[in-house]
Amino acid sequence: MSASAQGADEQPRGADAAAGVLPRLLTGAGEPGAISLRRHVQLHGPLPAQRDGGRRRARPTGDALIEEVARAGLLGRGGAAFPAATKMRAVADARGRAIVLANGTEAEPASSKDDTLLQTLPHLVIDGAVAAGEAVGAEEAIIAVSELAATSAESVAIAIEERERALSGSRHAPRVRLVTVPGHFVAGQETAVVSHVNGGAAKPLFTPPLPFQSGVGGRPTLVSNVETLAHIALIARHGAAWFRELGTPAQPGSALVTLCGPVAHPGVYEIEQGASLASLIAAAGGAEEPLHGALLGGYSGTWIAAGLLGGVALSNEHLAPHGATLGAGVVLLLSADACPVAETVRLARWLSDQSARQCGPCLHGLDALAAALEQLAAGGGGSRPAQRIERLSALIAGRGACSHPDGAVNVTLSALEAFGADFADHARNGPCEACTRPPQLPLPARPSSGERRHAESARR
Amino acid sequence: MSSHIRVNPIACEAHGMCAELLPERITLDEWGYPVLDGRPLEGALVQHALRAAQACPTFALLVERDRPHTRRG
Repeated sequence: MSASAQGADEQPRGADAAAGVLPRLLTGAGEPGAISLRRHVQLHGPLPAQRDGGRRRARPTGDALIEEVARAGLLGRGGAAFPAATKMRAVADARGRAIVLANGTEAEPASSKDDTLLQTLPHLVIDGAVAAGEAVGAEEAIIAVSELAATSAESVAIAIEERERALSGSRHAPRVRLVTVPGHFVAGQETAVVSHVNGGAAKPLFTPPLPFQSGVGGRPTLVSNVETLAHIALIARHGAAWFRELGTPAQPGSALVTLCGPVAHPGVYEIEQGASLASLIAAAGGAEEPLHGALLGGYSGTWIAAGLLGGVALSNEHLAPHGATLGAGVVLLLSADACPVAETVRLARWLSDQSARQCGPCLHGLDALAAALEQLAAGGGGSRPAQRIERLSALIAGRGACSHPDGAVNVTLSALEAFGADFADHARNGPCEACTRPPQLPLPARPSSGERRHAESARR
Repeated sequence: MSSHIRVNPIACEAHGMCAELLPERITLDEWGYPVLDGRPLEGALVQHALRAAQACPTFALLVERDRPHTRRG
């Protein structure tokens, strides 16, 4: 696949949205500062109106966009790859006035694609929220941004003001407003964002009801990742057939990925779904060091050992044989001089600290899992730590209100599989030379979601 | 029509009453939180499950009827 990756800092190729050409979403992203409303309309044209000033839900025309999104086969880009049109239809069909919640919280520390969109292309996201909002009959669209992403929040706030000035009396219905959300890991989970907007804690809720049934203010709420909405903004303009000119039949279109690790130009790239990992690395200037492996899909994702990376293509169907998904688009390369055991131990401890501390199996289980990994990495425990990890993994998964514990178990087990020899070596001989090298996985000192006192007392 | 049990893990505070009253389906993990075996409830077990749900101090045990079609979006 040629021309499969386009960096955020490269020049766009023109505004005519030519067939099968990248960039799509990142058109204009290389220009300095945020794209203004005027420039945005220059680049993409105006958002087609879906209805003519109707006040109530505009079903016939709203359905047209949902149908188009369904034909496009757009899958959600927040990590779960849920069909976007199915979600839109569920919200449109639910009783009560709908609301759109654009999730740009991007709690995943290794990911910066949502930030890139919000910072540089806020109008594309807002267009998507407005178009999707009209389609599901919403009167309000909320753009949720992490309070750690001040520049993104500012960029969105300015964009909203610009639109209010320019589009007063516009036919596009939903009001748009910005909400900032606490920065801890699970605060980006969709029910946690809903809970925060409703004035509660930014922690996951017990479901059902799911947000499409009862979300913000008890209304049917379309919670969609900001990249998903940005794609909808372009599908509304160019249609499903155009969207499918890139990607695979099962996973059409382009996707934003965040490439981290030892490459010349790490950052956000727009790829064709199904593009090879090699082409992405090449677009980023190539790997500067030999690799130990790659983490696909972020911190709840799956490790793939270096020996298997040659054939990896970036779409869920191609990644399935590796037990991986693209998730929210994180591709993290681990260089050969890093210790995967030390990285896994640090990650497991960090994920434990990021538990919302609501569910016992997550609160206690992730702490125990991290402790068992620490024990294994220290060596001298024989086979007991490994057995304990296995037992805990089976015990923890599926028992939280959200999938945070499942993700932590998944990434841990995949590390054990991908780097089995390294773990066996540590179990026998203890820490290796590389254990003391600086960490490669970015693990920011994020606020814990739990009560501070509780969080501190739990940490020795 | 069969029923099944579910735990609200946010509400659950590991009192352990459910495992006392419904050992046929519930055991406790090493921290005292319920582990469900996932099998449906039949016959007299439904009554036992309802009693266990009522006994839970935080109402974290739910007894739900299986519906032929459950829709999720």
